[in-house]
Amino acid sequence: MSNTHAPAHRPQDLEEEIAGGVGESPQRPDAALKVRGDFAYASDLWAENMIWGATLRSPHPSARIRSIDIGPALRTPGVHAVLTADDVPGRNLYGLKDVDQPVLAVDVVRYRGEAVALVAADHPETARRALELVEVDYEVLEPVLDAERAAHEESVPAVHPGGNTVRYQPIVKGDPDAAADVIVSGTYTVGMQDQAFLGPEAGLAIPGEDGGVDLYLATQDLHTDRKQTAAALGLDPEQVRMTMSGVGGAFGGREDLSMQVHVCMLALRTGRPVKMVYDRAESFFGHVHRHPATMYYEHGATSEGDLVFVRARLYFDGGAYSSKTPVVVGNGTTLGVGPYVVPNVRIEGWGMYTNNPPCGAMRGLGAVQPAFAYESQMDRLAERLGMDPVDLRVRNAISRGESTPTGQVLDYPAPVEELLRRVRDLPLPETSAAEASDPDIRDLPGGASNTTHGEDVVRGIGYGVCIKNVCYAEGADDFSTARVRLQVIAGEPIAMVHTAAAEVGQGLVTVQQQITRSELGVERVNIHPNDTSVGPAGSSSASRQTYVTGGAVQAACRAVRAELLDLTARELGEPAAGLSLSGGKVVSETSGVLADLADVLGDEVIEETREYHHRETFPLDEQGSSERAQVQHAFSAHRAVVDVDTGLGLVKVVQLDCSQDVGKAVNPDSVVGQIQGGSAQGLGLAVMEEIQVSEGRIDNPSFTDYLIPTILDMPPMNVDVIERGDPNAPYGVRGVGEPPTISSTPAVVAAIRAATGKALDHVPVGPDHIVE
Amino acid sequence: MDFLRPASWSEALEAKANHPDATPIAGGTDVMVELNFDQRRPTTLLDLTRIERLAQWSRDSHPEGDVLRIGAGVPYSRLIGELGTSLPGLAIASRTVGSPQIRNRGTLGGNLASASPAGDGHPPLIASEAEIELESVRGTRTLPVSDFFTGVKRTALADDELVSAVHVPAATGPQQFSKIGPRNAMVIAVCTFAVALHPQRGTVGTGLGSVAPTPRSATEAEEFLAGELAENGRWERPDPLPESVIGRFGELVARAAAPIDDVRGTARYRTHALGVLARRTLGWAWDEYRNGTETSGRQGCA
Ligand SMILES: Cc1cc2nc3c(=O)[nH]c(=O)nc-3n(C[C@H](O)[C@H](O)[C@H](O)COP(=O)(O)OP(=O)(O)OC[C@H]3O[C@@H](n4cnc5c(N)ncnc54)[C@H](O)[C@@H]3O)c2cc1C
Repeated sequence: MSNTHAPAHRPQDLEEEIAGGVGESPQRPDAALKVRGDFAYASDLWAENMIWGATLRSPHPSARIRSIDIGPALRTPGVHAVLTADDVPGRNLYGLKDVDQPVLAVDVVRYRGEAVALVAADHPETARRALELVEVDYEVLEPVLDAERAAHEESVPAVHPGGNTVRYQPIVKGDPDAAADVIVSGTYTVGMQDQAFLGPEAGLAIPGEDGGVDLYLATQDLHTDRKQTAAALGLDPEQVRMTMSGVGGAFGGREDLSMQVHVCMLALRTGRPVKMVYDRAESFFGHVHRHPATMYYEHGATSEGDLVFVRARLYFDGGAYSSKTPVVVGNGTTLGVGPYVVPNVRIEGWGMYTNNPPCGAMRGLGAVQPAFAYESQMDRLAERLGMDPVDLRVRNAISRGESTPTGQVLDYPAPVEELLRRVRDLPLPETSAAEASDPDIRDLPGGASNTTHGEDVVRGIGYGVCIKNVCYAEGADDFSTARVRLQVIAGEPIAMVHTAAAEVGQGLVTVQQQITRSELGVERVNIHPNDTSVGPAGSSSASRQTYVTGGAVQAACRAVRAELLDLTARELGEPAAGLSLSGGKVVSETSGVLADLADVLGDEVIEETREYHHRETFPLDEQGSSERAQVQHAFSAHRAVVDVDTGLGLVKVVQLDCSQDVGKAVNPDSVVGQIQGGSAQGLGLAVMEEIQVSEGRIDNPSFTDYLIPTILDMPPMNVDVIERGDPNAPYGVRGVGEPPTISSTPAVVAAIRAATGKALDHVPVGPDHIVE
Repeated sequence: MDFLRPASWSEALEAKANHPDATPIAGGTDVMVELNFDQRRPTTLLDLTRIERLAQWSRDSHPEGDVLRIGAGVPYSRLIGELGTSLPGLAIASRTVGSPQIRNRGTLGGNLASASPAGDGHPPLIASEAEIELESVRGTRTLPVSDFFTGVKRTALADDELVSAVHVPAATGPQQFSKIGPRNAMVIAVCTFAVALHPQRGTVGTGLGSVAPTPRSATEAEEFLAGELAENGRWERPDPLPESVIGRFGELVARAAAPIDDVRGTARYRTHALGVLARRTLGWAWDEYRNGTETSGRQGCA
């Protein structure tokens, strides 16, 4: 049950009368299948004559490989191939930014879980047993485990030949050493969070007759996978054809390669279709996680509460390979003061190599960690000044026309103050279960576990607000491509949209249909399976797909429409300029409905392909300045209400409310869904989600011990969506997916602090942090 | 892997005698997880779900009070639905187990035989001094539940034996159970505590889970409280318990624990939390005894 303020469709936004267009919430095409359990995910892939692949992984976080003996494994009945680094046909390296990660380990392993050898066998169990027979002789080395020491201490061994720093970035503005009336400081740490998608990594590779390979898989970005996979296989990209299979969630965890090259190598070697599926434990080793961070912050303010300076040092542990560490450092530093105007800034960010599990993309990339720190600092400052925490935020909130610490002027609405006021004004829960005479224990901290009937339960309220950049930044041209075809089938005009943009659950398929309906005035819109036979769409990440792929679909539709109107003009002798498409008809400004679209089209097939490039961005200079480092910024504000059992340190989040500016809600239901889901993920980071790493090893690689919120942990939400359109973006949209993941965490922790008076400098907050 | 499906109890015992290495499977909520994670590779699975007898319970009258004989194959959902009044402590514990699916499939016998230190079914059985009935082609024996557990995931079961039933005295006084987990449902216990008051015998039972290799009782705490209650005639004149008594009880319970640090919690937190649980559950149980009504706090399942 949720109380939702979602914007109604405003007809003036678009001239369209067709049902299910932009601004409405038509049902997802995959909804019924998913609810019934009939939707085929990548783990359901199957092919005639298929065999199974498995991966041998390093048991050590750091070791030299003295030798590998594959003989006994290869001689196992039912085993078709055993491959090592020597068998990688092309470049044995890949990576999203820096190409630094071997497909299969050569000479050394740099993390527990690194892929060392592959097996293909008739049966998955045979493959697993064969793995145990691969004999690897390791010389175990002392692992590098501390990112901060790796940044500063010469004595720390180099994990890679070029040293341990993946990226160092300072942001300097004004006079960071300026004096302030009041200074608060703190050290904050964020644990390693997992994307915890439900569908583990899976793919099916089928060798092609041309020496190439067809790979069916679940990913976030087909073309980037293809580019890296083709290079590793020593093939032309055209010989590696990729088709999207059902994606069971992603959240950044499918941006890097996992089994892509492995499964193709096995298929090419054996000449058989090969399938690989990770189990849950392997999945924890098979994808990157959110960077753990240690952050030192100092905020200075006037006694009236105006921020004077922010000084910070941020250390991100990237683990063994760089993955998206450079971007994490970029986002973390550029967004490190939060959605506030700060005249003087010095933020330094280090992204480091260690022998810990590799970290990379996860929802809110690089913005989640500093948000926990800067929002904790804002609360600390408010307390020191004796100010209301929301008032302090409002006083310093950034707005349109003001600039970020990198010097970028926000030339679009930035309604931070409005969001804060709105979220504060949302209704609060009326009663507390702890005060009820006969409470349902499920409404209390501890929930179904019957730990309190109201004893020691204290309520707290806290706020958080955040800023997140949308799309790729610092000079990246992460464009998208769409192909739209319009034709008449069985008397009805039908549009077909073809992109490579991954539907990872966010609702992009629906959005593409809606845009096409609105632009072309046709009701039936089919979505072509995603594959690499159309141009790149870039990754389903950085809250960018409705923006860029939406923009590409819009552009392709408009090209199709122009052609159609030209055709009409030629056929009917009306000037194309006065024509539009509506409800399956061609309409003239002067004489009304002219003809059925189907009649005008006849046997013609109109097909257009367009790219959408967002506006240009530029790199940061050595001081962290840039005219425009980022495409767009998105903002959300949360208020959390918690009940804490102060005797046991257990927390029940009673209510979690969010106000967010989405620019334009293309699909209001999906927008609310994103906000609820993102908030749940942020709540998870606040109170339970942490991959526990000791000595480079993951201690809890299972959903038994890596806990994510259940329905008893995630409370009802008031979701308040506002639409302050961005004039630079298609339809005015603003990225939606990430902000709610970011501002929810500090809000929940602030509420726990309000209830307990504890400092709580680490997330997730565990029961022992509260009682000790 | 062989899959045996005996249709009767005698066939099952026969099969276990002939295949001592066979892994029994009841609800499968532990066995299937172990198979999936490749932690167990049984040569033979012995499916017990067709044996009706295992899924039955009965109430036997004894001079000292009724005893419930619960077949090893009775799932949590039925312990909650059918035995909630006779065995409130076990029912509360059952409500905290997993999710509806797990409570429908998972059985008490499976929980016992798995012998996880975090088995939620164990503490209430310890507090009620239940007995475990083991059977083989050689015959039947019963063991006090505390003797059944011999170590982490180890039990007194012989190779040819199966758990046939659990004998639990019906409650003659209030019972409580509490479990700590860092999430509000579907969580493995960080620590658990069960308490049972036996007004007729003038005794107190306790059960501690997840704080030692095997579930155990806090004997000193039991004796202290029983003494307090008897000495001051509190069973007859049940006034509110002084804070000092509740506090001392909590201390003694915490002292009985021998916890470790692991991914689920620190030893220090476990000890602390156990003391808090002991104080609160005793408070609820005693209130219930005084008022003759159910405790506050509507019980619901996750
Ligand atoms: C998602 C999930 C959540 C869970 N949550 C909890 C929880 O909150 N609390 C908790 O305590 N447990 C929990 N468990 C563990 C499990 O559900 C319980 O231990 C359950 O009671 C096991 O019963 P079962 O019938 O499924 O046992 P099975 O898996 O069938 O068997 C378990 C073990 O007992 C043996 N066995 C079964 N029956 C007999 C018999 N009659 N004689 C001899 N040996 C036998 C089996 O060989 C096996 O070793 C959870 C499990 C899952 C998957």
